[in-house]
Amino acid sequence: MNNGSKKIEVQKLNAWFGATHALRDVSLSVEQNSVLAVIGPSGCGKTTFVRCINRMHELSPSARQSGRILVDGQDLHARGVDPVDLRRRVGMVFQRANPFPTMSIYDNVAAGLILNGIGGKHRDLVEKSLRQAALWDEVKDRLPQSPLSLSGGQQQRLCIARALTIGPEVLLMDEPASALDPIATAKIEELIRELQESLTIVIVTHNMQQAARVSDWTAFFYLGELVEHGKTEQIFSNPREPRTEDYVTGKFG
Amino acid sequence: MAFSRKQHTDRSYDEELADLRAKLLTLGGKVESEIAESVRALAERDTKLAEAVLGADREVNRLELEIDEKCRRLLVLRQPAASDLRFITTAMKIVVDLERIGDLAVNIAERAIDLNQSPPLRPLHDLTKLCELCQKQLRGALDSFVDADADKAEAVIKDDELVDALYHNLFNELLALMMEDSKNIRRANSLLFVAKHLERLADHATNVAEMVIFMVRGTDVRHPHSRDEV
Amino acid sequence: MKTLARRKFWNGFMTGLCALGLVAAVAPLASLLWLVISRGISSLNWDFFTQLPTPVSEPGGGVANAIGGTLYIVGIACVLGVPIGVGAGVFLAERGDGKAGEAIRFMAEVLSGVPSIVVGIVAYGLVVLPMRRFSALAGGVGLAVLMIPPLARSTEELVRLVPRTLREASLALGVPEWRTSLRVVIRTALPGILTAILLGVARAAGETAPLLFTSLNNQFWNWRADRPTASLTVQIFNYAVSPFEEWHRQAWGAALVLLLLVGTLSAAARFLARSRVGARR
Repeated sequence: MNNGSKKIEVQKLNAWFGATHALRDVSLSVEQNSVLAVIGPSGCGKTTFVRCINRMHELSPSARQSGRILVDGQDLHARGVDPVDLRRRVGMVFQRANPFPTMSIYDNVAAGLILNGIGGKHRDLVEKSLRQAALWDEVKDRLPQSPLSLSGGQQQRLCIARALTIGPEVLLMDEPASALDPIATAKIEELIRELQESLTIVIVTHNMQQAARVSDWTAFFYLGELVEHGKTEQIFSNPREPRTEDYVTGKFG
Repeated sequence: MAFSRKQHTDRSYDEELADLRAKLLTLGGKVESEIAESVRALAERDTKLAEAVLGADREVNRLELEIDEKCRRLLVLRQPAASDLRFITTAMKIVVDLERIGDLAVNIAERAIDLNQSPPLRPLHDLTKLCELCQKQLRGALDSFVDADADKAEAVIKDDELVDALYHNLFNELLALMMEDSKNIRRANSLLFVAKHLERLADHATNVAEMVIFMVRGTDVRHPHSRDEV
Repeated sequence: MKTLARRKFWNGFMTGLCALGLVAAVAPLASLLWLVISRGISSLNWDFFTQLPTPVSEPGGGVANAIGGTLYIVGIACVLGVPIGVGAGVFLAERGDGKAGEAIRFMAEVLSGVPSIVVGIVAYGLVVLPMRRFSALAGGVGLAVLMIPPLARSTEELVRLVPRTLREASLALGVPEWRTSLRVVIRTALPGILTAILLGVARAAGETAPLLFTSLNNQFWNWRADRPTASLTVQIFNYAVSPFEEWHRQAWGAALVLLLLVGTLSAAARFLARSRVGARR
């Protein structure tokens, strides 16, 4: 482990959708093997922020951006950096579980390999990913079944397993538990803590208690601006910025 | 909270916080007057007044329970953060100190009743001063809480040294009285207890002041040396 | 409570009107089915499906070559039309927000409004005249032109129905866009696209006009794409306009076979569609 070193560095990041300025001069860094929670009201740019880190932002037709993002010191937009390769290093889990409905549970976990045309036996890798995602015991007897036969929480963990199979170093999670019940949410949160051992995680969440529970660092975004970035404990017990204070105490709107 | 004028999106949350605050202020006022009365009962040798203090403490205990319940409710229902969290955890801590101060008032009142059975010792200047100073400390601590004023709270913490010094003087004075004449021992001993109670009271006031600083600034000023070890 | 009574009256009245509308819609269909089945059933026997047509004077014979021909021509139409139709649909869904997409969409709309007889004439001009002969290929071209516009439109709709989140899931796994389109988006829409193809085939199989002067007819088996070929619809047309009672009977039989063929295809399409819904939950 390489604790304390900067895994992700964001420097003066700006992002636009057409004329909408979605992110303004955001600069922050994420330590290796830490969990960064990104909080803020809807439309504050949280999701755009994480989508910049794996270059998904630029897939939107009207998207633009400026500034630099470095992963392991390497600029994501440097010449010769292929977004496709980048996304194998920086995995992503979405708000709603989105397993491939046409594939079996097994194939879903191996999807990163299958879809890229990498043949061969993936059995061990699939099992490892499912174990990492704390789903193995629940699905080991039904691997050929459709993922749609799983519960919402299981589907989300399946998506996490799918993201883990390609061996990412960073995992971006965009409100991974917002559609889940409290028990499934607790499982995901426990999982985040375990994955932290081997990964660096950035998690967007609307649930402030969740941010407080799972993260080491918290970034508060408002209207596309990074208002405050600090240790999670500090942000939730003694924020420096009045806007953060108002947000975490529920004095918005 | 006093230091953020903005209201919560959920207004009923504001109302509950305001209610908690009002209850704490009521409790503070009650123990303040208990102390004032017990000290007066001692000075004026008023046994009736001292007995009234004994009765009044039941109300203090009831308020303590109510405030605890209120805090638990807020914690579980609102999951407070930042200043709200600090306010509520502060409330939970100072309610203990305030209740202890109430108990000390009762102890002083009991000593007063006891002392009133026998003729007074010669007047003790430092005791009067200690009574005044401790009441001032308590008032200062409560005011700092009401106004969310960390500077006032700091003054209270600083002045605790004066209380300690005064207590030591009084201790020596009472010890001298005991050595002068063995007939003084019983009464001087009782007064020694009163002095100890007053000194303890001031310590609780200091605790309240420390929590107020935490509440306002978010920094914990207690036990700076242990903090480094954590 | 006068208003309540009035409301009740209107409610009953309108329900009655709707029921009447339903009967008006179903009645022709039912009578058509009844007519075709009752008149055609007597012609159906083993020979009808396996034998070639016989001259007027000879009894027996069948429409085997027409059944085979219809399947053959429709097959050619599929080979030509499905890739173009599906391809255009996928293009429209994935890249069709620009000017090119608008143009294609507009042309598809115009094309689907062209009467089938006109399409037949075009196929005649495009294929029959240069080749100097009627052929199965010309018929296939005609049917393909008819199949493409609706297939493109429904493929577009189906591909657009695939949730964006699935695309993103695939891209986030480091899968290139073209592989994502092919193996996730189209794969997910595939059952729906198959349904659309089957419905297109069913429709094409029932067309007469584009075949009349393209594949023409043939009294014998033919598997060569550059020769005239029999088809059920043209066979029915020829038999029906003939003066012979026996041929009229055969026409009813062929009509019943066509109806069964189209009905089976539609049912298969419906079944596919339903199983797709089931898979999506």
